[in-house]
Amino acid sequence: MIDTNRESDRSGAPLLQVRGVRKAYRSGGGMLEVLRGVDFEVAPAGFVSVIGQSGSGKSTLLHLMGLLDAPDSGEVHLAGNRIDNLSSARRDRLRNTDIGMVFQAYHLLPELSALENVLAPLLVRFSIAEWFRHKGEARRRAEALLDRFGLRGRLHHKPRQLSGGEMQRVAIARALVGQPRLLLADEPTGNLDEASGAGILDTLCELNHTDGLSIVLVTHDQSIARRADRIVRLVAGRVENA
Amino acid sequence: MYTLLLCWRYLRTRWIALASVISVTLGVATMIVVNAVMAGFAHEMQSRIHGILSDIVFESHSLSGFQDPQWHMEEILRAGGDDIEGMTPTVAVPAMLNFQVRGQWVTRQIMLIGIDETTHARVSDFGRYLQHPDNRRQLSFGLRDGGYDTIDSQTEDQQVATRPALEGAGWPHRRMRVERERAWRQRQAELQGSEQAGGPSGGPVRPVDHQVDAVLADTTPAVTTAAAPPEEFAPTSEAHPPNAPLDPFRAAKPEEQGRVFDPSREQFTGIVPGIGLASFRDSSGIDRFLVLPGDDVKITFPTAGTPPKAVTDTYTIVDFYESKMSEYDSNFVFVPIEQLEKARGMIDPQTGLPSVNSIQIKLRPGANLEAVRDRLRKAFPADMYAVSSWKDKQGPLLSAVDMEMAVLNILLFMIVAVAGFGILAIFFMIVVEKTRDIGILKSLGASSSGVAGIFLGYGLFLGLVGAGAGLALGLGITWNINRIRVLVEWCTGERVFDPSIYYFFRIPTIVDAWTVAWIIAGAVGIAVAASVLPALRAARLHPVEALRHD
Repeated sequence: MIDTNRESDRSGAPLLQVRGVRKAYRSGGGMLEVLRGVDFEVAPAGFVSVIGQSGSGKSTLLHLMGLLDAPDSGEVHLAGNRIDNLSSARRDRLRNTDIGMVFQAYHLLPELSALENVLAPLLVRFSIAEWFRHKGEARRRAEALLDRFGLRGRLHHKPRQLSGGEMQRVAIARALVGQPRLLLADEPTGNLDEASGAGILDTLCELNHTDGLSIVLVTHDQSIARRADRIVRLVAGRVENA
Repeated sequence: MYTLLLCWRYLRTRWIALASVISVTLGVATMIVVNAVMAGFAHEMQSRIHGILSDIVFESHSLSGFQDPQWHMEEILRAGGDDIEGMTPTVAVPAMLNFQVRGQWVTRQIMLIGIDETTHARVSDFGRYLQHPDNRRQLSFGLRDGGYDTIDSQTEDQQVATRPALEGAGWPHRRMRVERERAWRQRQAELQGSEQAGGPSGGPVRPVDHQVDAVLADTTPAVTTAAAPPEEFAPTSEAHPPNAPLDPFRAAKPEEQGRVFDPSREQFTGIVPGIGLASFRDSSGIDRFLVLPGDDVKITFPTAGTPPKAVTDTYTIVDFYESKMSEYDSNFVFVPIEQLEKARGMIDPQTGLPSVNSIQIKLRPGANLEAVRDRLRKAFPADMYAVSSWKDKQGPLLSAVDMEMAVLNILLFMIVAVAGFGILAIFFMIVVEKTRDIGILKSLGASSSGVAGIFLGYGLFLGLVGAGAGLALGLGITWNINRIRVLVEWCTGERVFDPSIYYFFRIPTIVDAWTVAWIIAGAVGIAVAASVLPALRAARLHPVEALRHD
């Protein structure tokens, strides 16, 4: 079954730790230093907002935490284990099992229905044979999540038939279906109107409070950032504690 | 699992990719059809080439041949062992065939082949190609009393009487001709009588004389002996010097000398020429005959002496054979072997043993042709005997056909390869279009190889769909090719497949399962190979950049 017997979070020890992370991108002729030594951590069941102007490196930081990119120097630890230097196969695995990601532009797969989009991480996780063994339960779990987010009647709709708020809720359900320890949200409300955005934020807060899910929310909006327990301000690639 | 699901979804939602598959389909279909038709033609040709030749031909280098075929056959049997099923001696000499058509002497260069009428049919398919049903059962060099096929017995479906001229062939034709000859002879005698009375103006008579001779066949001298005195016959012979030494009594029937030969009841030694020597097919598909069974012809051939001398004999056509291989049909003339041996002086006066210059060998089915040939080559000195298989005899032709097929296949495979480049281009576009989705999948934990797998699998699916459709289309066309031909002919009013050129009425096809399997595998392989580059590109995409892609 889906990885549930995970070792209980050690009290006190941070779930996610980012130590002295640097990242530079080649830009035009020279190198653009996006992160210049970021230190930052997320406690188990914590809810942290990372706030910064565009270009402050907040999305890059999120990508490093989500193992989509590797830092030039510095370390990323998940539950005490260094994860940024793992082999690509193990990073892929970790991304699939321990980390859920939500993006500003929803990033649903247009060919798949809402339900299939939610199932996608499990489809990625299982081989064909395993999939047929776990199909029933995976489906039940995906349906339960969609049901919880008020999308019961939308299971078989394609993304283009859904509203922005609905798509983002599908994306959150997709991020959660694999039961991750950490949810990384990159401007999840950026493309939404105020009401839908508020709904999404309520959903995230509820997940944090009732399910004890650790969340890192990246935003440029002060009011949204305030919904978190803690705010980390990123200015020119460095953390500036608020 | 996602690989399969996404492949399937892309297949169902990306119709443009199916457009690239159409070229795979067409390529596969074309290859299947062309291969089937080529194999059909090749098979037809091989069976024709083989038809009249035996499996292995054992021959001497000299025209005078070797003595005692019986001993040679025993030796061959010893060398060849169980693989040899039957043997028959033959004598083959180059010769000249002469016959008269509307007053003109027609001369053909031929190969005169003496065969044993009882054993030859067991060694080659020769019997099957004869025009008289009874001769097909058992060849006889006696003239038949009519009943020759007016329908080509080797066509299966189109029962059209393309040879109306064979209707009255045989004894009826011979009798009618002899009667006509006699009537003309009589008329000529009357004319000549009146001419002699009228004066010495021989000039204007010549054309008439000529015409008479034209209508009459070459047995004229035999008839004249009965109908008119020899001195009256003499001027006719002078008009046609080649006719002069051709006295059938001397050469063919020495024992009948002194007896009156009645051509309406008797025949000369029978021969079976190839149908191509005696007929041609006109544009309407009807065979026109220059001579018919029942007509007499003259054949000049070398004797076995040193130096060889030319002798001429008169023969009566008793049947035609049609192997549908024009090289044979317009070249070979078959005669009874004993007659030819006698006429050529190949029978040793002391021992009475005949000489032959080749032995035709038939192998049991499944025997290894080349192995037996090589065994025989080893057993007999190469400077005296040549041993060759039927394939060796037509080696250049067969290898030319093989070559043609290979080249054609390479060219057609190019079509599929071009289709592969189409797939490559379209796949690159799909990868670009799907860049963000690739980023999403990677953010969900999909590995690079998994992403590559989507596109490889997609290519495989497209290849299978294209090749499958091509298989269906190709087999459909192949199995209905003759119906399609009729349709095309009806639409265009042109003959697509002219039987006067190809000698058969329907397009032969053979679908070889292995060939088809190779074509399908090749097409699918090309589709997969074409998707390798786009798949690698997709796999190498950086997830962050891919996610930013719009």
